[in-house]
Amino acid sequence: MDTFIARYRNVTILVAVLFAQVLGLAVQVKRTSEDQSSRLIRVWAVNTVTPLEKAIVWFQSGASNLWHGYFYLRGVRQQNSDLKAEIERLRLEQVRLSQDAEQARRLQALLGFKEQFISQTIAAQVIGSSGSEQSRSIYLDKGAHDGIKPDLAVITADGVVGKVLKVYGTTSQVLLINDQTSGVGAILDKSRLQGVLRGTPAGEVLLEKVMADEKVQPGEKVLTSGGDQIFPKGMPVGTVTEVSPDKEHIFLNIRVRPAASLSRLEEVLVITQNEAKTPSVTETGPVRAVDVLAQRLPSVPDKPPDDATKQGVAAGARTSPQPSAVPSKPQTAGTGNPMPRENGRLTAGKPPTSAAPTTKPAGSPAVVKPAIAQKPAPPAVKVSQPTTKPATTGPKANPTPPPNPAQPQAEPAPSEDKPQ
Amino acid sequence: MPITYTSGEQVEVYRFSLPATIIIPLAAVFLQAFVPLQLHFFSVFDLPLLVVIFFAVARRSQVAGLLGGAIIGVLQDSLTHRPIGVYGIAKTVVGYGASSLGVRLDVENAGARLLMTLFFYVVHEIVYFLVARGLVGLTLQWSWPRELGSAFANAVLAVFLFALLDRFKQRT
Repeated sequence: MDTFIARYRNVTILVAVLFAQVLGLAVQVKRTSEDQSSRLIRVWAVNTVTPLEKAIVWFQSGASNLWHGYFYLRGVRQQNSDLKAEIERLRLEQVRLSQDAEQARRLQALLGFKEQFISQTIAAQVIGSSGSEQSRSIYLDKGAHDGIKPDLAVITADGVVGKVLKVYGTTSQVLLINDQTSGVGAILDKSRLQGVLRGTPAGEVLLEKVMADEKVQPGEKVLTSGGDQIFPKGMPVGTVTEVSPDKEHIFLNIRVRPAASLSRLEEVLVITQNEAKTPSVTETGPVRAVDVLAQRLPSVPDKPPDDATKQGVAAGARTSPQPSAVPSKPQTAGTGNPMPRENGRLTAGKPPTSAAPTTKPAGSPAVVKPAIAQKPAPPAVKVSQPTTKPATTGPKANPTPPPNPAQPQAEPAPSEDKPQ
Repeated sequence: MPITYTSGEQVEVYRFSLPATIIIPLAAVFLQAFVPLQLHFFSVFDLPLLVVIFFAVARRSQVAGLLGGAIIGVLQDSLTHRPIGVYGIAKTVVGYGASSLGVRLDVENAGARLLMTLFFYVVHEIVYFLVARGLVGLTLQWSWPRELGSAFANAVLAVFLFALLDRFKQRT
């Protein structure tokens, strides 16, 4: 036996080393949490390699900052003016979007939806990769000491990157969304079809579990659905590039181009805290210009509850079509308080306050919504500057006198609204 | 120049200093993990594999070759999120094979190195594919054009890399 081993010493050692590794693999594959069996080796390897990576990235970014911040400033003036113009454009867009968001918030409050907010993030720098095309993961320069934990979402400004897989002291490993073991709950932006986003061995991203009889068009945006409890809902994931049925014609193969450039990542954000809360109507931000105008324009006065029940359906149809349950819809606010006119033009007079109901003719119910009526309305002026600009200046700059409670400036209501 | 058959007594056996033995494999693993972030095409190369082949051939010791391959492979595995041992097994086989070849053949010239690296790259990929599919259950796609292209790219790089690493050789 000894002679045999001595004769085939090299082969014996080869078999022993291979056997040990196969055994180790079997143990790791069988265990659900392979961290327990191989954690020590990984920590040693990561702690050996990543300090050098950190040092190089630090030196690289320092040199780059020095060059671009102090020496290579060509075109910076032009870029500055371009950015200022961009800021102006974005400010206008922000006003428009804030109106939409406000409306959405009101509707969400009505329906009891819970909004998710990204309340805390940590910026991290990408310092390395796994070095293998079969393992699409990256290393960040932040770890457990910085508050990173497993299963946190990692994003960039462009979209979703992946999730934190393993956390070490000063570094962490992130599994990219194009790895074949990753899975992200996703939803198509227009069709609202939900599926699971998975990577392929070739590093592509596929949206799975969408039935073959659904219609999905290339170019459609893919967002996170929030169903995986890792990524906040509504974050951009990518764009559909190709749609084809699978072999069994049960599901669609939807190829997605990731929104974030996964092969050129430098800085990322790790979402460390999410908040979910129901938006409150009392937290409403800027008032829409159209709401302010609606408060001032002459409109049909609401009938007293008793009258309304007597008049039946016909009279009810003539009143405001808006559902009265909407708390902040001021469609009937300012009833009998017409928009002051100056030289034939509509001018925004004094914003209606809590005293507004006193200007109403007797018998006209006051339906002023306090949340809206008591708010100052500077943002509304910003929205529609040409028509409501005087409102910013208030009564001081407005030559139009405030409406006289004793003399209503408009007819309280058309004759057809009178009780029959 | 063709690969020449040489007897065991005729081939040169080299050794390496301890710093070179430690730093060169570590540098290969480090570069493999770092450079693809800057140059994406670099991921086609497998620097740790080239280092395994180089050391195995230069030392001409099967035990040293397979152990070197196992250690470098495990180190490479530990940077991935896969179970440790897939690269380890593949590089162990390559280390053993390359050192066995180095014992019998003189593979010091560029042409021999090109062919040898081409061959062992394909062997490495086949072993990796079999282990990953058979033992770990990974879904991998085998593509001969892609593998041969990668093998050729690695072989060309190996010619230059081995010439560079020859400077660290010490005669026994």
